[in-house]
Amino acid sequence: MAYTEDDLEKELATKEYKYGFYTDIESETFPVGLNEDIVRAISKKKEEPEWMTEWRIEAFRHWQTLEEPEWANVHYEKPNFQNISYYSAPSKKPKYDSLDEVDPELLDTFKRLGISLDEQKKLAGVAVDVVMDSVSVTTTFKKTLAEKGIIFCSISEAIKEHPELVKKYIGTVVPKTDNFYAALNSAVFSDGSFCYIPKGVRCPMELSTYFRINQAGTGQFERTLVVADEGSYVSYLEGCTAPSRDENQLHAAVVELIALDDAEIKYSTVQNWYPGNDEGKGGVYNFVTKRGLCEKNAKISWTQVETGSAVTWKYPSCVLKGDNSIGEFYSIAVTNNFQQADTGTKMIHLGKNTKSTIISKGISAGQSQNSYRGLVQINGRAENARNFSQCDSLLMGNKCGAHTFPYIEAKNKSAKVEHEATTSKIGEDQIFYCNQRGIDTEKAIALIVNGFSKEVLNKLPMEFAVEAQKLLEISLEGSVG
Amino acid sequence: MLEIKNLNAGIEDKDILKGIDLKVNAGEVHAIMGPNGSGKSTLSSVIAGKEEYEVNGGDIIFEGESILELDAEERAHQGVFLSFQYPVEIPGVSVTNFIKTAINETRKAKGLEDMPASDMLKMIREKSELLEIDRKFLSRSLNEGFSGGEKKRNEIFQMAMLEPKLAILDETDSGLDIDALRIVSNGVNKLRSKDNAVIVITHYQRLLEYIVPDFVHVLVDGKIVKSGGKELALELEEKGYDWVKAELTA
Repeated sequence: MAYTEDDLEKELATKEYKYGFYTDIESETFPVGLNEDIVRAISKKKEEPEWMTEWRIEAFRHWQTLEEPEWANVHYEKPNFQNISYYSAPSKKPKYDSLDEVDPELLDTFKRLGISLDEQKKLAGVAVDVVMDSVSVTTTFKKTLAEKGIIFCSISEAIKEHPELVKKYIGTVVPKTDNFYAALNSAVFSDGSFCYIPKGVRCPMELSTYFRINQAGTGQFERTLVVADEGSYVSYLEGCTAPSRDENQLHAAVVELIALDDAEIKYSTVQNWYPGNDEGKGGVYNFVTKRGLCEKNAKISWTQVETGSAVTWKYPSCVLKGDNSIGEFYSIAVTNNFQQADTGTKMIHLGKNTKSTIISKGISAGQSQNSYRGLVQINGRAENARNFSQCDSLLMGNKCGAHTFPYIEAKNKSAKVEHEATTSKIGEDQIFYCNQRGIDTEKAIALIVNGFSKEVLNKLPMEFAVEAQKLLEISLEGSVG
Repeated sequence: MLEIKNLNAGIEDKDILKGIDLKVNAGEVHAIMGPNGSGKSTLSSVIAGKEEYEVNGGDIIFEGESILELDAEERAHQGVFLSFQYPVEIPGVSVTNFIKTAINETRKAKGLEDMPASDMLKMIREKSELLEIDRKFLSRSLNEGFSGGEKKRNEIFQMAMLEPKLAILDETDSGLDIDALRIVSNGVNKLRSKDNAVIVITHYQRLLEYIVPDFVHVLVDGKIVKSGGKELALELEEKGYDWVKAELTA
């Protein structure tokens, strides 16, 4: 981050941001395998209305006709979808008893991230909807939000309490037939978050959801739907941590954002799922579909810091349907050891005077492969559409790879599309310079990486930026011998 | 403070330093002069602990103990500072953030808490005034797009902030116009005290008009071939390095 004298002054007054959560819950887990009965059972378990069950079944039937995509620049052993349990719910209320039961390695990571386990309650200003293994267990700050007419709850609850909203918007941005993983998610999604901001309301706090994968072998299929009604504003944070597991865990989430006329949605993610060990064993498969729709004068901003997962396949996108709408994508993707990431965005310009900005920072270390894949599409009637893309790659060592796959399709002559790309390597001279000033090599790398990522880190809400910075440091530890 | 004994060092298979002896006491300023390729910058890098250089013999004693086995950052923590001839750029890292990290890492190594932000701020203000640095400059990315003079001034600013026991100024005068030279030298002079020492490495006598040395050493082909007082620098300027070389072969 740009650290100036002013920041120093601010630091005097700033409290440190800390949070944490832990549960050790007996789970009720479905048998492995997937068929229509399982899909119906999930729906029944969640006491869903008939239309929802049917919607899932249609998605499932379509999914069966699809092939797992292979175009991404990643290589992995495909998951056996019949070998996954599709539902796992806490059977009791969560207990926050003893820390002794927690995986010490995980606790250590939490500690180094500055997350203290008993400070969650003190989190004034951040409402937390904790999603633990698929079922949303607690929702806080609901009352404050309710006073403004804001709905922030688990998607299961929303299906029950606000069926008209869910029915109206679910699948409108990411259709249930969109792609292999989106179709799978639509069929079996276990839980997720729902958020509705009424007309003209500015959400007074950052809304946060923390996802975790708790049970070995349970894929997590989150579904998030955020609707910002006309003239409203919301900033939404999604942060993830997962305990270490030997088996590969599948995560196929769908996030849909809808920004109606003059609305603005800021969606920030810090993703830190288990990346596998330093030999490339284990780790989370992260196949996510995230897309937002902008109506007239609306704005959607995606910011992501991706440090975890063994394989990442993720393209948060914006459909700029309304005239004068704005889409933004700010991304830092870190890969180390044997991690593979194929991530980027799609900016689909449909309306007139639509604008999009893409800033992507890829950092590769170890033997990892890091790809940026982006599409900027200017449609025929998108007069005066503008895009600016910048893709920077930072390499550490000689065994990793950075790749850029930018696609530009312009069907309107008035379009202005700019693309810039750089690749650099952390140099021995930079490291020695830092060493000479008393900064050891690990810290020097963290400093250089943070500087490289500054433009994106600056887009994160303050408290998230602090965590993201630490995460970058931890993710790259040991990457230079 | 610093005692270099029969130091032999090189890079890969090339011997560069061929038996350097040098003793620097607290409160002293030593100038090391010599023609290009004589080993001046190698000497500063070896003292600072740059890994690429191999020490093949001799020792470097700092404050009574050998520092040969210490990493560069550990030497820095002990109070060794090198003002680089070519300071590197670190995009996106502001001067303020960099110096704050450097100070706090050094404190951490000594088992101290981070410096309170208010103290840091005060110190930054004092030292930037001392070196006539515009504080806007401190928000810029480290050395990125800096002029030659700005880079060197930034090095001396960091030196002022870190308050080293031993400062090695490697060709600090190169790339400086006369005003920048004056400001940088004034800064160095104001930081001099009976407790610290300075080694000035330079090609020309010019800098030594501003930073007046107690001793001048001439480095030729990896050896100190002549030592003397400040008048030696003037003599060198007048007669050139060939004079020393000629004296050697005579």
